[in-house]
Amino acid sequence: MAILFDHKSRVVVQGITGSEGSFHTRESVKLRTKVVAGVTPGKGGTEIDGIPVYDRVGDAVEKQQANVSGIYTPAAFTPDAIFEAIEAGVGLIVCMTEGIPVAEMIRVKQALKGSGTRMIGPNCPGITTPGAGKVGFMPNFIHKQGNVGVVSRSGTLTYEMIWQLTGLGIGQSTSVGIGGDPIVGSGFIDILERFEADPQTEAIVMIGEIGGTAEEEAAEFIRGQVTKPVVSFIAGRTAPPGRRMGHAGAIISGGKGTAEEKFMALERAGVLVEKNPAEIGRRVQEILKARGSAS
Amino acid sequence: MKIHEYQAKELLRGYGIPVPRGKAAATPDEAREAAEELQGKTVVKAQIHAGGRGKGGGVKPAASPDEAFAAARAILGMQLVTHQTGPEGKKVRSVLVEEASAIRKELYLSLVVDRSKGRECVVFMASEAGGMDIEQVVATAPEKIVKCAVHPAVGFSPFQARKLSAALGLNAEQQKPFAEIVRNLYRLFLEKDCSLLEINPLAITEDGRLLALDTKINFDDDGLYRHPEIRELRDPDEEDPLEVAAKNAAVNYIKLDGNVGCMVNGAGLAMTTMDMIKMAGGEPANFLDVGGGASAEQIEKAFRILTSDPNVKCILVNIFGGILRCDRVSAGLIQAAKNIEMKLPMVVRLQGTNVEEGRRMLQESGLRFTVADGLYEAAEKAVSLTR
Repeated sequence: MAILFDHKSRVVVQGITGSEGSFHTRESVKLRTKVVAGVTPGKGGTEIDGIPVYDRVGDAVEKQQANVSGIYTPAAFTPDAIFEAIEAGVGLIVCMTEGIPVAEMIRVKQALKGSGTRMIGPNCPGITTPGAGKVGFMPNFIHKQGNVGVVSRSGTLTYEMIWQLTGLGIGQSTSVGIGGDPIVGSGFIDILERFEADPQTEAIVMIGEIGGTAEEEAAEFIRGQVTKPVVSFIAGRTAPPGRRMGHAGAIISGGKGTAEEKFMALERAGVLVEKNPAEIGRRVQEILKARGSAS
Repeated sequence: MKIHEYQAKELLRGYGIPVPRGKAAATPDEAREAAEELQGKTVVKAQIHAGGRGKGGGVKPAASPDEAFAAARAILGMQLVTHQTGPEGKKVRSVLVEEASAIRKELYLSLVVDRSKGRECVVFMASEAGGMDIEQVVATAPEKIVKCAVHPAVGFSPFQARKLSAALGLNAEQQKPFAEIVRNLYRLFLEKDCSLLEINPLAITEDGRLLALDTKINFDDDGLYRHPEIRELRDPDEEDPLEVAAKNAAVNYIKLDGNVGCMVNGAGLAMTTMDMIKMAGGEPANFLDVGGGASAEQIEKAFRILTSDPNVKCILVNIFGGILRCDRVSAGLIQAAKNIEMKLPMVVRLQGTNVEEGRRMLQESGLRFTVADGLYEAAEKAVSLTR
């Protein structure tokens, strides 16, 4: 078991002929990901590394039984690519594209509502289930199969955390980067809910950032509905208010969204809050030891 | 992206929203001409990208064109300090001269994006307590702010204007023009990819008309690609010159007040590196994310930006190579250090893709730098080098 992505996942890559799309598709294949199709309008009928390319997502679903879409298209074309994947009925969309306007994401959220499709991203590093494969940017070498679930708003900081775990011999069930935009397909709660229900996952690492209220909402959810131990870190304690720290979502505005507020909310919810990110791996190690679990 | 008040008012005017007649001026003479054209009493307002201008002495009434000239002469070139500019203030390069209006009441009306889970949409916020102290109202009496969410699949509907109008205590005659204002504001917000649209105050004049007396419009940077006309409104004078250089180099840089310069890949890791420096007892000089696809040239440009901040005493490079390969980072560092004759001490922490190759290149380059393995170790070493 794992969450959202497993051995049954069959990936179609939208934007497979672009430089990002083709490079990361190759990387994911090295992790034994089943990439069954690619889509680039106008390039249907061609192949990339033996992977058939179609004009439409619907064809990839029908002919190759694709059930996961990885999206690497340029921002201006991405809302359309997402709508097409939803209409084609894939169960999971993982969207790496950066720079989608917020107004477009409001439409995307409407389209996702009531559909059978879940979306990770946009502007995210993707999802990796060690042993089953990945969609997205996460470097291949950092992962190890195991029982810790990782969920994060960041990219490289997520790699850092996963690498710390792996360095201590602690493997991961699934690692999910939900993305740094103000509006994302799946929030912390959607992922926490699945980790809680996943028998393989024994502990959860949650990496947040300043800005918005996603961490506070997650804290509320954890208090009521998560029984597994959660270790957390929030990036941006020293960020000045009113400045966007790279990610469109990482901005302290009107005195809201500070790291301290988030730390406090998480602590109140019984989350083990570690303010030194270099110590996250060791905190997880202690928890797993106390539970008598072999990682 | 932010724009000036006079630009925002032009946009509002284009959408049929009533604003005072006015004209921007860059010299006292232009201000006098503008006042002559407008006739009667005017107000001269400093144009900077920050609020609180009135309290800081950046807004002056003028009874005649000569007074407008004098007011502009006093304001233009001043270093205007408000609660939003920081202690050093902002230099005023232009003023808006506009007709003075007799005001009976000041209201507040704005649009923002509600990003909270399950409710993602555009929201109107309105309050009868408009004017200069709205931030205090938000903090102390949030119940005085009435919110009205617009369902994205439904769009604006007239009942919402009626709801807001009731909250603002408008009379029967004001309702129709107000409904028009609300409808057009929503249209403007969506069509131009705004991230904040604020009218404060939305004034009721002595003769009962509604008038957008001051306004602030911010745009979603991610939407700018489809609005060339909005991109043209950018004022580089309002931005930090180092940040402008960074933008041109496609590097994400924000200047801060400390002395440890940081170069990091990824926004989350860059923020974390700043946090670690603080935790080790130091102060970061900047936020800098070189991004995932950085080339050696970009690394060099980032380096130049870092080192041109005179406060920087030590540089901390923290790279977790994923897409960005460590050997490429090393090549950039070596190239930069040679080209700009780097004299500052440097701490380098490399991890991830092609790390061995990256480290070997640095060792063999003859560059002087301190190596660190861990996140915290790197921050500690960098902070100690500033002392």
